[in-house]
Amino acid sequence: MVQANLAHQPKDKTELARPQPVQVKARTPLSEFWRKFKKQKMALVAGSFVLALMLIALVGPYIAPYSSKEFDYESILAGPSLHHWMGTDAYGRDIFSRVLEGTRISLFVGLFSVLFGALGGTILGIIAGFYGKWIDSVIMRICDVLFAFPGILLAIGIIAILGPGLSNVIIAVSIFSVPIFARIVRSSTLSVKATLYVEATKSLGAKNSRLIWKHIFPGTVSSIIVYFTMRIGTSILTAASLSFLGLGAQPPTPEWGAMLSSGRDYLNTAPHVVFYPGMAIFVTVLAFNLLGDGLRDALDPKIKD
Amino acid sequence: MTVAPLIEVKNIKKYFPYKKGLFGKKGFVKAVDGVSFSVNKGETFGLVGESGCGKSTTGRMIMNLLEPTEGAIIFEGHDLGSLNENEVRDLRKDFQMIFQDPYASLNPRMRVKEIIAEPLVIHGLLNGKQREKRVHELLEVVGLSSYHGERYPHEFSGGQRQRIGIARALAVNPKLIIADEPVSALDVSIQSQILNLLQDLQEEFGLTYVFIAHDLSVVEHISSRIGVMYLGRMVELADKDSLYEEPLHPYTQSLISAVPIPNPRIKRERIVLQGDIPSPSNPPSGCTFHTRCPFVTDLCKSQIPAFKETRPGHFTACHLYND
Repeated sequence: MVQANLAHQPKDKTELARPQPVQVKARTPLSEFWRKFKKQKMALVAGSFVLALMLIALVGPYIAPYSSKEFDYESILAGPSLHHWMGTDAYGRDIFSRVLEGTRISLFVGLFSVLFGALGGTILGIIAGFYGKWIDSVIMRICDVLFAFPGILLAIGIIAILGPGLSNVIIAVSIFSVPIFARIVRSSTLSVKATLYVEATKSLGAKNSRLIWKHIFPGTVSSIIVYFTMRIGTSILTAASLSFLGLGAQPPTPEWGAMLSSGRDYLNTAPHVVFYPGMAIFVTVLAFNLLGDGLRDALDPKIKD
Repeated sequence: MTVAPLIEVKNIKKYFPYKKGLFGKKGFVKAVDGVSFSVNKGETFGLVGESGCGKSTTGRMIMNLLEPTEGAIIFEGHDLGSLNENEVRDLRKDFQMIFQDPYASLNPRMRVKEIIAEPLVIHGLLNGKQREKRVHELLEVVGLSSYHGERYPHEFSGGQRQRIGIARALAVNPKLIIADEPVSALDVSIQSQILNLLQDLQEEFGLTYVFIAHDLSVVEHISSRIGVMYLGRMVELADKDSLYEEPLHPYTQSLISAVPIPNPRIKRERIVLQGDIPSPSNPPSGCTFHTRCPFVTDLCKSQIPAFKETRPGHFTACHLYND
């Protein structure tokens, strides 16, 4: 403190007389967010893990010690060793390499299914919340119908119509993410719409398009970000479940759920075949959820420090 | 006075429908029930009354934020109700609003310069450099510095935020400013600063104010004419001096007697009203004030008093002043 005061001593007296514009670092919403976010150690760890996962998704196949399609009949169902860190599966494929490669698939499915779901849900939610009346009732009743199905059942139904495959998994998971985003965005739209600053902007003569883009949408972004992160975890889990059931990625694709599925026959004799892909799913979903929690706390203006 | 008024409010009403329970009775909250007044160019028209009397609703109707159930608002000869959306938007340039709560009326996610520039953007006025220059100019007009534009609203105090709100209202050079309790959320010491600022701006830019407040001393300080509202109706309207010197309506008399005098030794008689303000969903018959009026007569209970000129320039709605 003393040093800081000394450092700000004016050099001469003329400087004292004039009021100086104080050079405080602007407290932008972003800097405010970062200040709160970095206090949460758990979320920081989860965040770095997610970043690492993304890196693996990008470079995974290049750094993997073996190819995911490389059969090694010499070592079938071998336990973890120096050569095969996570052991090998029933065809002698290196599980570590397959888990690395599966990262790309899982993150891709998780990210894109939530992206489409969030996009659709946000548009519907803003329309429902902003315009209200019958359009609100129609959108929200459709969402209620979708909510009534258990997520995985809905996804299975959609896959049954579209046929199995990874891209159809993305479509299925997107569709059941839509009502969740629609509901969340609608409720924040309603609360932002009721604020005085929206009324003030209306009194300036702003058109609806401006109100939505400049005031309503920015007001809902923080809740979208939080749910976006959390839903990625859930979507990865759902996609893996669908693959496990044989509706998503088909073997020999190194998808985590598909790996679990093909490894379950050897659960007693070679548990490592299901353990490592299972752990990968578990840790990834956990990381996204913890990150989401941290983001929520950092973005919620009501939680002060 | 032969000058045409800047804005004329003709018998406006605002009824909010409500429904009690699923099969319960339907009804209306008569927030504003037939208010008329006109405001001349360059004057400050004060609108006072206790909370819930419909003064803010009146302000909102003038701003076109609420549509009147009945009645007309005429601004410089244009009836606002008969204009389409785009014509109203063009007229909006001429009337702006200052809000009561400076903490809620500014978008926390926008920089101050964006907030102040917003009306310019909406009306497509000025561009780029000129717009920025105008924002800096406005910041200095309201007593802030141009570097404040880079900051966010949460970095300012209540009084400073109200200055930002005033700068935003001034951006498009309006003729009329509706100030809805602009100082009641501020500290007393800040109140006078903002009031003085408003008065200086009025002189400088020839503004006309409709000043909505519940604090009589604030209104006395700033207004030239004052309208007193009670339960959705205008009960008295007069210029400031005659209203304060000779309040005619018993409600106004009691309001004025309640204004504190900054001298504890002065003995004065306060008229303390009995009871509470009745519900606007079920207003009393006749004169709405008869339930609390110290001079109530039988006539008051059955007949609504006409709002008429009892003294030159002094309007009252009270049976006591019938000949």
